Amino acid sequence: MIKVRNIDVHFQAHHHDKHAVKSVSFSVARGECLGIVGESGCGKSTVLRSLAGLETHWTGTIGMAGRQVGQKRRRDDLPLVQMVFQDPYGSLHPRHRIGRALKEPLISMGRTADDDIVGVALEGVGLPRHFAGRFPHQLSGGQRQRVAIARALLLKPPIVLLDEPTSALDVSVQAEVLNLLSALRREMELTYVFVSHDLGVIGQMCDRLIVMRDGELIEEMTADELRGRRVKTEYARELLEKSFI
Amino acid sequence: MTADNTMAGPIAVSQPEPGIWRERLLRIVDEPLGLAGLLVLCLFATVAVLAPILAPYDPTVQDLGNIMQAPGAAHWAGTDELGRDILSRLIWGTRITFRTILTVALIIGPLGLVIGVISGYCGGKVDTVLMRFTDIVLSFPSLVLALSFAAALGAGLGTAIIAISLTSWPSIARLARAETLTVRRAEYVAAARLYGASHLRLIFLYIMPMCIPSVIVRLTLAMASVILTAAGLGFLGLGAQPPSPEWGAMISSGRKYMLDAWWIAVMPGIAILTVSLAFNLLGDTLRDILDPRHAR
Repeated sequence: MIKVRNIDVHFQAHHHDKHAVKSVSFSVARGECLGIVGESGCGKSTVLRSLAGLETHWTGTIGMAGRQVGQKRRRDDLPLVQMVFQDPYGSLHPRHRIGRALKEPLISMGRTADDDIVGVALEGVGLPRHFAGRFPHQLSGGQRQRVAIARALLLKPPIVLLDEPTSALDVSVQAEVLNLLSALRREMELTYVFVSHDLGVIGQMCDRLIVMRDGELIEEMTADELRGRRVKTEYARELLEKSFI
Repeated sequence: MTADNTMAGPIAVSQPEPGIWRERLLRIVDEPLGLAGLLVLCLFATVAVLAPILAPYDPTVQDLGNIMQAPGAAHWAGTDELGRDILSRLIWGTRITFRTILTVALIIGPLGLVIGVISGYCGGKVDTVLMRFTDIVLSFPSLVLALSFAAALGAGLGTAIIAISLTSWPSIARLARAETLTVRRAEYVAAARLYGASHLRLIFLYIMPMCIPSVIVRLTLAMASVILTAAGLGFLGLGAQPPSPEWGAMISSGRKYMLDAWWIAVMPGIAILTVSLAFNLLGDTLRDILDPRHAR
């Protein structure tokens, strides 16, 4: 479903070159969930933003659903991949009601948008239909993140990118959102790329994971290997010890 | 799967909720100074609308047998050097002041907002060109520009309004640009890019609404200086022309009689001070209410 070959990302600022992602390659099968873990600044979010098309300074090749996508996406590439962001307070427009927020993707792509589609989308993420009339600030963090998930799924993308979707939520709400994401993946046969610094969450959600450090992919393992603690590198062992205590 | 339990909190209301705007604006009731400013402005606006009914005398009729009367029962604010009732002139002058303010606000608000948001959104060369242009306009003194306009178009209220508008939009544009630079990095804008929202859609429906509160605050605060500039132009004879009862022009004519009849200059001075102060108080309060970064 996703094929990433040798992507590099350089950031230039004030004559100082930062090599944020160093020749990273991986692939994700249809219906699979790939986790990307690493400490902050390791380049995992940059990889995700390159996949999404938000980061345009990459070189290499990215293939999705059997076709190559460029740095700047064409309009018909957009429904291939959508993203759920980390901060549920920043990813919904504060002046748009929930109904409006959910219609926006459809209107932007020139598809029909009516209250019924919005209602179905809300129910699909476990929220009541009447939430369509509310503003984001009238919802809790978990509810907002559900709305963000509903919005990401409206264009029926085969691929969903998740950028630490639960790290800003309370622990009890985290589990609910993770369960929702797992259920949606099964129902809609979605392919996930899940970025997190929390190995526990990755172990629960993903089939396979890659570990990144300083922009390099240093280890690739299956979730079983993670649970069995069969890691190859010292760095991955450190990460494991930190997260499972 | 059920929704979070937290949703049964104080926000669970069956009716549609009022907008954020209304909620925020209603907080002005708890701010005595801002409320006072708002009430004073409402009072002046009413006076402007009802000027023909409220004014006890005709503002332009001269009564040469009755010049420079001190404030008293017949003429509450006295009469000027031509025997015209100052209170009536002030009441009619309210109309001129409000017409100036509203016109200027309607020109510089949208103009500054559009230029600033486009500059901040596009960035790069567009930003550089628009901001350097803004800098050039910002370095024009409005009084000098009005002088040249008056020379070219003839002195009058319209000329004054054009001159003030042309020189006061840059501050709004800079504010809107700064605001846009923050908003365009927001995740909801990134999400909108992913689902293909067009540039126009992003600018007008996503970014601009976020800039409007601070633009309104800045406009309200700018109105105080607009009134002062308009009065200054009137004082120099470049604004509204006699016999129209513009407050600045009234001070100008009263200047000559300052020692014998202080009220001719002081009464319009009080009016300018009051409206200008009311705008400042309202603007400060609106900033406290609408802009969380200025929370005390």
